[in-house]
Amino acid sequence: MIGIEHYVAVSSILFVLGVLGIFLNRKNVIVILMAIELILLSVNLNLVAFSSFLQDLTGQIFAMFVLTVAAGEAAIGLAILVIYFRDRGTIAVDDVNRMKG
Amino acid sequence: MDWLQSLRLAAPEILLSLSGLVILLASAWANGPRAARLATWLAVVVLAVAGAMTAPVLFAGAKGPETLAFSGLFAADAFAAAAKLLIYAAAGASLLVAPAFFERFRAMRAEYPVLVLFAVLGMSMMVSATNLLTLYIGLELNSLAAYVLAAFLKTDDRSAEAGLKYFVLGSLASGILLFGMSLTYGFTGTTDFAGIATAFKDGLPAGGAFALVFVLAGLAFKISAVPFHMWTPDVYEGAPTPVTTFFASAPKVAALGLTMIVSLKAFGTQAPAWQPIVIFAALASVYWGALGAIGQTNIKRLLAYSSINNVGFLLIGLATATPAGASAMLVYLAIYVAMTIGGFVAVLMLKDSEGNPVEAISDLAGLSRERKVLAASLAVVMFSLAGIPPLLGFWGKLVVFQSAVQAGMFPVAVLGVLGSVVGAFYYLKVVKVMYFDEPAGKALGKSDGVHQTILALCVLFLSPLGYLVVKCLTALADLAVAALLTAA
Repeated sequence: MIGIEHYVAVSSILFVLGVLGIFLNRKNVIVILMAIELILLSVNLNLVAFSSFLQDLTGQIFAMFVLTVAAGEAAIGLAILVIYFRDRGTIAVDDVNRMKG
Repeated sequence: MDWLQSLRLAAPEILLSLSGLVILLASAWANGPRAARLATWLAVVVLAVAGAMTAPVLFAGAKGPETLAFSGLFAADAFAAAAKLLIYAAAGASLLVAPAFFERFRAMRAEYPVLVLFAVLGMSMMVSATNLLTLYIGLELNSLAAYVLAAFLKTDDRSAEAGLKYFVLGSLASGILLFGMSLTYGFTGTTDFAGIATAFKDGLPAGGAFALVFVLAGLAFKISAVPFHMWTPDVYEGAPTPVTTFFASAPKVAALGLTMIVSLKAFGTQAPAWQPIVIFAALASVYWGALGAIGQTNIKRLLAYSSINNVGFLLIGLATATPAGASAMLVYLAIYVAMTIGGFVAVLMLKDSEGNPVEAISDLAGLSRERKVLAASLAVVMFSLAGIPPLLGFWGKLVVFQSAVQAGMFPVAVLGVLGSVVGAFYYLKVVKVMYFDEPAGKALGKSDGVHQTILALCVLFLSPLGYLVVKCLTALADLAVAALLTAA
C-alpha cells in the first residue's frame, strides 16, 4: 500500500535533485531552468499528495497557482537568458563571472 | 463577509494593478522618451494616491476581524499599512530618479514604471498576507517583476548577468520557501496563518520543524541575510543604479515585513524554535556584511554589503520576539529606507564630466573639494549608516539594541554593538577618501535637480532634525505592531 510518506519521500528526492542540479551543474544555464522546474514540480507533488491525504481541496488549488507561476517564471527566465546570450554569445555557467568579489 | 467591503479594503492594490495595466497598454502606442517620462510621473502619482488611501488605515490603528478581506485571505490592518507606506515612498523615489539615468543610455522606456508598479503591487500583497497562498502570489509578483528590472539596461552586459543571477537564486529561494509551505500545509492541514499558529500551539512536530527551517531559509534569501546573501553584491553592482536603489529599499521592507508576519503570527506560538535561527542569521549578517565590505572597490558593492549588515541589525529586533522588538524593527526600517535611498541617489549623482556613471571608490578621492554639497551629503549618509550620533542612524540601532536588552538578550546586544563598530570602519573609509585624499578629478559631472531634491530630503531626515519625528514614528510603529499581534 502506497501511503503519504512515500509521496513525501519521492517529492523530497525530487527537490534535492533540483537543488543539486542548480549547484553541481557546471555546463549550461538551460539545465538550471530545468532544475528550477523540477523543484516546483516536487512541491506540487507534495501539495497534491497532502491534499488527497487530508481530504482538503486547498492543496490542489495551491498547486494550480504554483503551475501558473512556474509558467510565468520559465518565460521570464528564458527572456533574460536571451538578453544574456545576445551580449555574450554563450550560456555556459562558468562564463557568468563579469562580477566577482 | 461583504464583497464590497473586501474591494474597499483592497482598494490601493486594485488601483495599483489597474493603473499598471492601463499604463502598459498606453505605452504600447505612445513610445519614446517623453512618453516614458510621462508614464513615470503618472506612476508616482498613482503611488501617492495609493499612499493617501493607506495612511488613514495606519493612523486609525485598524486591527481585528474587520480588516480581513476576501474570506480572510488578505488583511488591510495598520501593520500592512505601515509597511505599504514605506514601500510606496521607496518605490516613488526610485521611479523619480530613473529617467535622468536611463535617458543617458537611451534606455528609458515606459516598461520601467509599469514593472515597478507591478512589483509594488506584489509587495503590497506580501505585507497584507494572512495566508500562504496570498504570500506566495505576492512574493512571485514582486520577484518576477524584479528579475526583469535587474536586466533592464540591455546595453550593459553586467545588467544581463545581474538579471540572470537574480533569477536563478531568486527562483531557488522561492522553491525552498514553497517546499516549506507545502510541508506546513501537510502538517497543519491549513494555509491560514492563524490556523497554523493554532495547529502548532502544543509543540512543533519534527516535520513542522523542517517546514519552519525551509520557510525561514527562503525568506532569508529574499532579505539577503547570511548565509543566503551571496547574490546581493553581484545583483546590486550589476543592476542599473535606479533599480539597485529600488531593490535595496522597497523589497527589503516587504520581505522583512513578511518575515515578521510569518514568524510572529504563523509560527508565533513556536518562538523558541525559530529564535536561535534568527539570532544566528542576525549576527552572521552583521559580521559578514561588515567584514565583506572592507576590501570592496566599487561603491555599489560596498552599499550591498552595508545592506546585508543592516538586515542583521533588523533581525536582532525580530530575534527578541517581543512587541518592543517588532516596533524597533519598524522604526529602524523607516530610517534604513532613508539611508539607502540617500546613499544610492548620491551614487547616481556621481558622474564624470561626460555624464558617465562613476562607481569606483578611488574615483571619489577629493570629492569634498570638487562637489562640496554632494560630498557632505554622502558623508552624512555614511556617518548615519555607521550609527554615529547625533544622526538618525544611531537612533535606529539604539532602539533595536534596547529591545534586545529588554528581552534579556545581553550577549546578542553586545555582539551587535561590536559588529557595528567593525562596520563603522568601511563607512569612515569612504569619508576619508572623499575628504583627505588628493582629488582624482573624476566625479565632476552636473547633477539632476530631482536627484538633488531627493538626496536633500533624505539627508534632512537623517540629520538631527529627524529626531523631531522620532516620537511620531515610534507611536505609529507601536500602532502597527499592536495590529500585527492582535490578529494572531
